[in-house]
Amino acid sequence: MIVSCPTCALLCRASDAADPGRCPRCAGDLEHRRHDSLQRTWALIAAAAICYIPANVLPVLTTSTLRSAESDTIIAGVIYLYTSGSWPLALIVLIASVMIPVGKLSALAYLLIGIQRGSFHASRARTRLYRVVELIGRWSMLDVFVIAFVVALIQLPPVMIAQPGPGVPFFAAVVILTMLAAMSFDPRLIWGNERSRYG
Amino acid sequence: MSNSPTPVACPGCDLIQHLPELQTGAKARCPRCGDTLAIQSDNTLERTLALCVAAAIALMLANVTPVMGLSAAGLRSSTTLSGVAREMWLQGREGTAAVIVFCAVVAPSAYVGFMLAVLLSLRQARAPIGLGTLMRATNFMMPWSMLEVVMLAVLVALIKVAALAHTSPGIGMYSMGMLVVLFAAIKVTFDPRAVWHQVRWTQ
Repeated sequence: MIVSCPTCALLCRASDAADPGRCPRCAGDLEHRRHDSLQRTWALIAAAAICYIPANVLPVLTTSTLRSAESDTIIAGVIYLYTSGSWPLALIVLIASVMIPVGKLSALAYLLIGIQRGSFHASRARTRLYRVVELIGRWSMLDVFVIAFVVALIQLPPVMIAQPGPGVPFFAAVVILTMLAAMSFDPRLIWGNERSRYG
Repeated sequence: MSNSPTPVACPGCDLIQHLPELQTGAKARCPRCGDTLAIQSDNTLERTLALCVAAAIALMLANVTPVMGLSAAGLRSSTTLSGVAREMWLQGREGTAAVIVFCAVVAPSAYVGFMLAVLLSLRQARAPIGLGTLMRATNFMMPWSMLEVVMLAVLVALIKVAALAHTSPGIGMYSMGMLVVLFAAIKVTFDPRAVWHQVRWTQ
C-alpha cells in the first residue's frame, strides 16, 4: 500500500496500513489517513457548538464611563456598529463572528454526514468546500482581537474603562475548536469508503 | 528547478499522478478534486530567505513599538501587541490572553524563526539534520499565525474607539501592515518541493 508523507509528500510503500512507520526522507510519522478523523472532528464540532451558546449569550465587552456602564454581547456589538453609522464594519464583524463559525460548523457536519452515508455525490465540490472552511476559519478570531484592543486602549480611569466580558473565552474556544476540527478532518475520506477499499 | 520524475499523491483525494513540466508561476491542480498540487516559482529559496529576513525585522518593530494610542479628556494611553494580551490577563481572562499572545506574537515569530532555520540550513553543504522536524514545526505554526486578522482587528478597533476618543495609529501598526504583505509573499514564493529537492535522505 502506498502512503504519501504528510511533511515532504514522498510516496512510501508501507507494509501495514495501520502502522505505516516513518518517512525515509524526512523521518516524519506516516499516516494513511488522519487518525480517527471522523470521531475527532465530530467531538470537536460538538464541543464548539456547545461553547457557541455562552459565547453569544454572555456579554463580551463592558464599557463604563462616569455616568453609565454598558455590557454588550457579540450581536449587540454588531448592532452598535451598524447604528453608529459604520455598516461596512458591522458587516465585517457579522461575517467574521456569526456567519463564519456557524457556516464552518454546518459545513463540517455536512461533510461528515456525507462520508458516513458513503455518498460520492459532488465529491469535487465537497473537497472545495473543505478547503474554503480551512481557509476562512481563522478570520472568526477577529472579534477577540477587536475586544482585546478596545480593552487595552480604553483604560482611562476614572473617565472611561472597558473590560472583557465572560463571553470572550467561550468565543475564543469556539474559534480554536473549529480550527482543530478542520485540521482533524481528512478530505481524502470524501473520495472513498476506506473499509470497502482496504478492509 | 526541474520537476521531479517521482509521482505525487494529491493531498485532497489521494489520487496518484505525475506532475507535468511547469512554467514559472504556473499552478498544477488535481484533475479529480481541484486541489493545488504545486506552484512553480523561480529561485524560490533565495527569495523566500530575503523575505523572511525582512519579516524578522518587521516583527521586532511590530512587537516593541505601540500599535495605537488614544487620548481623551487629557488622559493618554497606548498599547503594544503584547500589551494587549497583558491587559487581558490583568482583567482576569488568562486563557484568552494566552490565545492572543500565541496567535499574534508566538506563532508568527516561531513561523519566521523556523523558516529562517530551514532556509539557512539548506545553504550548508552538509545535509541538514532535523530538517523534517523543522518543516513540521513550520507547518504547525502556519495556521495559528493570525497577523492579518490582528491587522483587520486593529482597524476595526480604531474606528470603534474613534467615536469615544481621539485615536492615533502607531509605528507598530505600520510594521504590522508590512508584515501582512511579507507573510503573504513568503507563502506564495516558498515551495516545499524545492526544499526536498535539495535533500537526499536523512539516513
